[in-house]
Amino acid sequence: MNRFAALIDALVFMPSRNGKIRLLVEHFATAPDPERGWALAALTGALSFREAKPAAIRELAATRVDPELLALSYDYVGDLAETVALIWPERPERANSLPPSLDEVVEGLRAAKRGQVIGLVEGWLDTLDSSGRFALLKLITGALRIGVSARLAKTALAEWGRIARPEVSVDDVEEVWHGLTAPYAELFAWLEGRAERPEAGAGAGFRPMMLSHPLEEEDRAALDPAAYAAEWKWDGIRVQMVARGGERRLYSRTGDDVSGAFPDIVDHMSFDAVLDGELLVARDGVVAPFNDLQQRLNRKTVTAQMLRDGPAWVRLYDILFDGEEDLRGLSFVERRARLERWYEAVQPRRMDLSPMVPFTAWDELVALREGARENGIEGLMLKRRDSAYLAGRPKGPWFKWKRGALTLDTVMMYAQRGHGKRSSYYSDYTFGVWRGEELVPVGKAYSGFTDAELVELDRWVRNHTTRRYGPVREVEAGLVLEVAFDSVHPSTRHKSGLAMRFPRIHRIRWDKPAHEADRLETLAAMVVG
Amino acid sequence: MSAAHQSNQAGSNPGRPHPDKWIKVLPEGLYVEPGGFFIDPVRPVERAVVTHGHSDHARPGNRHVLATPGTLAIMRQRMGEGVGGSLQALEYGEGLTIGDVRVRLVPAGHVLGSAQVVMEHAGSRVVVSGDYKRRLDRTCAAFEPVPCDVFVTEATFGLPVFRHPPDLGEVGKLLHSMALFPERSHVVGVYALGKCQRLITLLRAAGYDRPIWLHGALEPLCRLYSSLGVELGELRPATVAAKEDLKGALVLAPPAAVADRWARRLADPVVAVASGWMRVRQRARQRGVELPLVISDHADWDELCQTLEDVGAPEVWVTHGREEALVHYATSRGIRARALALIGFEDEDSEGIPEKAGKGEAP
Repeated sequence: MNRFAALIDALVFMPSRNGKIRLLVEHFATAPDPERGWALAALTGALSFREAKPAAIRELAATRVDPELLALSYDYVGDLAETVALIWPERPERANSLPPSLDEVVEGLRAAKRGQVIGLVEGWLDTLDSSGRFALLKLITGALRIGVSARLAKTALAEWGRIARPEVSVDDVEEVWHGLTAPYAELFAWLEGRAERPEAGAGAGFRPMMLSHPLEEEDRAALDPAAYAAEWKWDGIRVQMVARGGERRLYSRTGDDVSGAFPDIVDHMSFDAVLDGELLVARDGVVAPFNDLQQRLNRKTVTAQMLRDGPAWVRLYDILFDGEEDLRGLSFVERRARLERWYEAVQPRRMDLSPMVPFTAWDELVALREGARENGIEGLMLKRRDSAYLAGRPKGPWFKWKRGALTLDTVMMYAQRGHGKRSSYYSDYTFGVWRGEELVPVGKAYSGFTDAELVELDRWVRNHTTRRYGPVREVEAGLVLEVAFDSVHPSTRHKSGLAMRFPRIHRIRWDKPAHEADRLETLAAMVVG
Repeated sequence: MSAAHQSNQAGSNPGRPHPDKWIKVLPEGLYVEPGGFFIDPVRPVERAVVTHGHSDHARPGNRHVLATPGTLAIMRQRMGEGVGGSLQALEYGEGLTIGDVRVRLVPAGHVLGSAQVVMEHAGSRVVVSGDYKRRLDRTCAAFEPVPCDVFVTEATFGLPVFRHPPDLGEVGKLLHSMALFPERSHVVGVYALGKCQRLITLLRAAGYDRPIWLHGALEPLCRLYSSLGVELGELRPATVAAKEDLKGALVLAPPAAVADRWARRLADPVVAVASGWMRVRQRARQRGVELPLVISDHADWDELCQTLEDVGAPEVWVTHGREEALVHYATSRGIRARALALIGFEDEDSEGIPEKAGKGEAP
């Protein structure tokens, strides 16, 4: 447990992504099987122990610590695992008993019968130090929350794997991943060059997705319109539906399993195929604003009311497997024909085909793209007719061509310190527009400016602060920020009643007086649908 | 049990007025009426007894100040001319009668010069701890428990989640990180008075003999400590150093500077903070601290509880900090306890550490 605890501690405090990867690589390189596999499972959320719920941990702690002191401490610390880890009274005889290994903990919990779990945990807490107790409690309550996503863990795995197998990419890891179960001995053996690549064809695993590049004007000039097919780019969440051998999974673009949050889709996946599409909220076939979908994201489960208010829908782009048949080597045109045939035959509910957009010359698309302002359309996708379905983001076969951004002149209202390398700069800006004589916030942006501009913005914020709230400074209404955004939607979460999609700083209008910035009515008029 | 503990049911004897009749909480601070003086007043008064030099305890502008020679030297250093009217030094252990009160200063182990104020009046003994700790500190005299009838204690770390690990283990973490990232600067946020010098002595004790670089705000007090005989080894100014020199160097700075503009001069720094608050991971993490060092000049929970045992007072007043838990604990041990709710005292360990941006909206 000590090595795992040290890893968790180090990850908690490591601010940089690369630093986290370095810590993980070191762990994979030095921890033995199956310990490193259990650690990987814990980090990717693949472990769960039914009986060790937070309430039970709290009750256990209250048997060893004055409940009043426990309650006051929990109020102060705010995290139950951390509170109990810190407050657990150490026994002097602890030095004589060995703390459990991670293997013992995982195997012990798996084998434990109903009612035995708390006793086991109590015994372990008595032998561990505070870091060990923290790691144990985080592990068994199933919410590490230490800033490591499953994707990051797999990225680190691939990086470590390249020591022995230089050809391995994170997509390779992703592809074999879902066929395997913790503690992943075959995976480690493969990445160390001791065994063949594990078979990935079977099982309801995630297949790495094919991603696109943004289309630059100069790219387009060089492209032959006849070589490309066009379709709408829908404004939802890219997903992969996998229904194989009785198993059904819905994955996000990064391979996170989001099945639990979308039973209304999973229920209708009564087929055997792997499909690529856009997850949307749609009512009677009409796509709802992205904000409606947002209400359903980042949840493990979903309530009946959410299912009723925001019914999910998948608009299909592509087919990767039809039954056992791997279609990824076929051209886009061939796959599209297979997708249409498959859709005709299966007629799945809560799904439809993303229509193709016929065109012969780029100018036609330019006009179509600018005209398309209704809900759910983010722009166009261009896909080479002869392109196979390739993992990752190869340059050339697929382009995304977003419609032109909307812009608005806003006034900076608050500035907040950034993270990592930007932690000494005020780099996150909340901006607002005029409603009568007052400014109302309409969004927040932290990108779109150069490093040199950041230095100037930081200086401006420091020189024009009117109030401070911890990391946030309120500033004078004196700087106009021209903000670009993809679209704007009604929102109950913001005081202004509006929410922007992808706002970023387009230009800093040092020249423009604040009172000439835009008004809320102007923004409201940009809402479509 | 101490004699004081056995003999006194404070206030039950009509010939011996309960100490709450002669020690009062006024807007200026804790007032000892029969002596006509305040202890650590928060605004200027005629007569002040100052426990130690931290700026929330030692404030400028009092007409008359009584403190240890060490504390007075620190006050002169920090405040210059504004320190106040007449300064009177009282060595540890020496007695002095002020009005109708016998006063003695006893080491508190917090920072150089820090003292507890031991007062005897009308047959009762009251000890005001000031800030204190119980573990070894080479920069100051060790805390001495004094049996008393009323013990007035701080409670900065008055929650059982605060247990400071051994200091040398924490310094070991810093040295290990420096060995692991030899190309990076390590910048440690430390309070200018006490923590800075203590960390330096801990590093020296752990065998670190390279120069240590200082933010300008830390230099004057380090010079003062050295002149008072505290060995700190070679110190260099970081503010004027070339970026190249600071590669792999150990730099000490006030907590507010480690994540602010000042730190931009450092080469890819590892940000550390030495403070008792670093015990709480999420708190350290929210503040962008990469290397939290749990090193404190305050008593942790166990030390607070041990001290209540050691002084054996049947009654405890808690001045500032997380007083609720300590009052609860003392009461459960049969000790009469209450919170004084003094205002104006800060948790100096956390002073000025900028909060890192959370996910929340701007207010």
